[in-house]
Amino acid sequence: MAEVIAWVLVLAVAAYACAGGTDYGAGFWDLLAGGARRGERPRWLIDHAMAPVWEVNNVWLVFVLVVMWTGFPTMFQAVFTAMWLPLALAAVGLVLRGAGFALRKPTRRLARRRIYGATFAVASLVTPFFLGAVLGGIASGRVAVGTPATADAWANPTSVLAGLLAIAATAFLGAVFLCSDARRFGADDLVGYFRLRALCALGAVVVLALIGLPVTHDDARYVWDGLTGGAGLALILLAAAAGAATAVLLLRRAHRWSRWTASAAVALTVVAWGFAQRPYLLPTTLTVADAAGDGDTLTWLLIVTLVAVLLVGPALVLLFWLDTHGELEPLTDADTGTTGHAKGDDLP
Amino acid sequence: MHGTAALLAGTPPQLLPARELMAFSLATHILLVPFGVALPFITLLMHLRGLRRQDATAMLLARRWSAVMAVQFAIGVVTGTVLSLEFGLLWPGMLGRWGDVFGLGFGVEAWAFFLEAVLIAIYLYGWRRLKPWTHFWLGVPLPLTALMGAFGIVAANSWMNTPQGFTLDAEGNPVGVSVRQAVFTPMFGPEYWHFAAAMFLTAAYVTAGVYAVGLLRGRHDRYHLLGFTVPFTVAAILTPIQFVLGDSIARSVFHKQPIKFAATELVWDTDTHVPEYIYGRLNEDGTISGGLKIPQLDSILAGFKPSTQVTGLSSVAADDRPTALQATIAHWAFDTMAVIGSLLILLALWYGWIRLRHLDLPRSRWFLRCAAVAGAACLLTVECGWITTEVGRQPWIVYNNMRVADAVTGTRAGSLWAMLGIVIVVYAAVIAGFLTVLLKMRTRWRATDLDTAGPAGAAPEADTPYGPRGDRLPATVDGGRDRTPGGGARWPR
Repeated sequence: MAEVIAWVLVLAVAAYACAGGTDYGAGFWDLLAGGARRGERPRWLIDHAMAPVWEVNNVWLVFVLVVMWTGFPTMFQAVFTAMWLPLALAAVGLVLRGAGFALRKPTRRLARRRIYGATFAVASLVTPFFLGAVLGGIASGRVAVGTPATADAWANPTSVLAGLLAIAATAFLGAVFLCSDARRFGADDLVGYFRLRALCALGAVVVLALIGLPVTHDDARYVWDGLTGGAGLALILLAAAAGAATAVLLLRRAHRWSRWTASAAVALTVVAWGFAQRPYLLPTTLTVADAAGDGDTLTWLLIVTLVAVLLVGPALVLLFWLDTHGELEPLTDADTGTTGHAKGDDLP
Repeated sequence: MHGTAALLAGTPPQLLPARELMAFSLATHILLVPFGVALPFITLLMHLRGLRRQDATAMLLARRWSAVMAVQFAIGVVTGTVLSLEFGLLWPGMLGRWGDVFGLGFGVEAWAFFLEAVLIAIYLYGWRRLKPWTHFWLGVPLPLTALMGAFGIVAANSWMNTPQGFTLDAEGNPVGVSVRQAVFTPMFGPEYWHFAAAMFLTAAYVTAGVYAVGLLRGRHDRYHLLGFTVPFTVAAILTPIQFVLGDSIARSVFHKQPIKFAATELVWDTDTHVPEYIYGRLNEDGTISGGLKIPQLDSILAGFKPSTQVTGLSSVAADDRPTALQATIAHWAFDTMAVIGSLLILLALWYGWIRLRHLDLPRSRWFLRCAAVAGAACLLTVECGWITTEVGRQPWIVYNNMRVADAVTGTRAGSLWAMLGIVIVVYAAVIAGFLTVLLKMRTRWRATDLDTAGPAGAAPEADTPYGPRGDRLPATVDGGRDRTPGGGARWPR
């Protein structure tokens, strides 16, 4: 049973990496979109593509935390004790990001929009880095039950690499999704704009992964071995294939499936990491079985998860179907009875 | 205050900043919760009215409320996510030891919230393109998901108050968890219904209050009357219900958490014929300074007769009960909540009287003034209710099973104070930005409403629709505003 819940946790992390990652990536490109004039069109697209789904994307994180503390309380305690600072900074980043994004949209004045936009964009860069650094610290075995909070837990080669990889992967996902969104919104020039950026980000992911091979070889030996052999290696190869397929689709301008292959690449990598860590939750000190909470709770956690999948699944499918079919639009000022042309309602 | 000082000396230095940080972030978040839970319901009511009666004004109100909801919900999401991270950052000891006993409620909440986020996105962004009734029905589950989410959170909180559903092994670790018992704890029922009613009540009073201010400023049009009447009716119906629920939860606390009850009522010695103090301050030696003393009343309220025995604070050791200061805080919060609750009953009766006698609402300015402050008062009661629950439970984080001091993180106090400073600055900026956006929205809407015949002819975005998405205008843009100056507008029926 504990094994099953551990996989639920891995899948939730994978879902957050894909959904939340796309979101962070959009913020990354918002940051790099240039000045107010030059960046107006990409930012408009980012605003409109993200708005209906970003809250949903970020709820995955809450679910990851809940499964952690309900299913594996000792692991939760250990991680939050050892990784205090990066997690605290990630929390602040989450607030700034969400608030910046939500407040920019209904704001009209350029100066204010700049402040909110910059907050949102910078926080989109910082938050995934810290979350990645936490995962890197765990993967390299720096967290054990009772580890006090130290800088080494998250400021080490593997953590830094994982943090950078997280940024690159979110940028990749964000650009691929925005590429499809640009097509959906009929902004042909932005299709090319984000296509180029998606390919660059994918290149960055590959480069970081190659740098990572020697860097993590000694630093995170257990996971390194898991990823270079057996099921872990198979999944990593699949992920690489999905990434390559995305590149091919992007180059051939076939945007229909590119978001699926890109998500698959990221999700498969997370699952591969899950395989590589087996049987440990915290390599190499805490196994899944040792960390597991009470059996009755785990059973109920699984039941709750299954019921929720049955309830949330169809709703989620409906949301993304409506969204990708252009059925979801923000209320314009005409709907709320405001006269005067509203900045931000139309593509500039 | 020697006792307090002595107790503080025995606690880790990071306890105070950790508690302040948790208190501050929760106090901020809880102000948004009523709207996250109940604004969809109130909006749907207005929406339904607009659809069934072809009422353009009601539709306009519903659309504007959902524009507000879009911003408010986002701020609620981020402040709520922070709370789940803070559980780990501040109270790793509690989650590490008890996470598998009481954490499941949060699992229910996470999924319910997930569903709510999905449906709210569809509702908020569905106004323009979905068929009117399809759009409405997709919004209907929203209040249910909100109640489900509240179920999870309240289950966790009530477990902290009346923990059960486990046994302790030799080392004091919980084993043999029974999830059903851990979710449905003795305090769960009273807390849940009291909380749910409070959320709907507060959102309704605040919404109505906005339009009460408009009416007071002389905007006697159908728009303001409708915006006032629909939420205020909801609030007025719920007020007496909430009064009964509030009374019943106080009695549940009396039975299940006698020490907390003693703190909220400032009872020092276990006794019968206990007097009730309205406000007043508890001293270290058990005497009470100030306050209005009503003989016998506390015993009567607790058990319906003066001979009811009420457990006093002094019946347990000093370090197992709230300090005198904490008791006074819980007592003041409780009394403020009870006083405002009673005043709201009068307001609800006043409203009932006006409606029954078909009196003209806009003329009773005092009523509108009271209605306008009722929203703010309700937000205050929400804070008070939460302070009563949390401070009254001290020094326990898990009642009688784990002290707050044993659950706190080992992070240095300095880091926590710094974090508190950052969070205060960030939250102040976020809330200021949020309020600014709301006020700007209001200003824009009002400017439109004062313009000529309203926005019907304007269709501002018609000139630059983008691609296939914007080429259809919404079927109804407001047309039916009857603006009769001078208070001639009729009650909406």
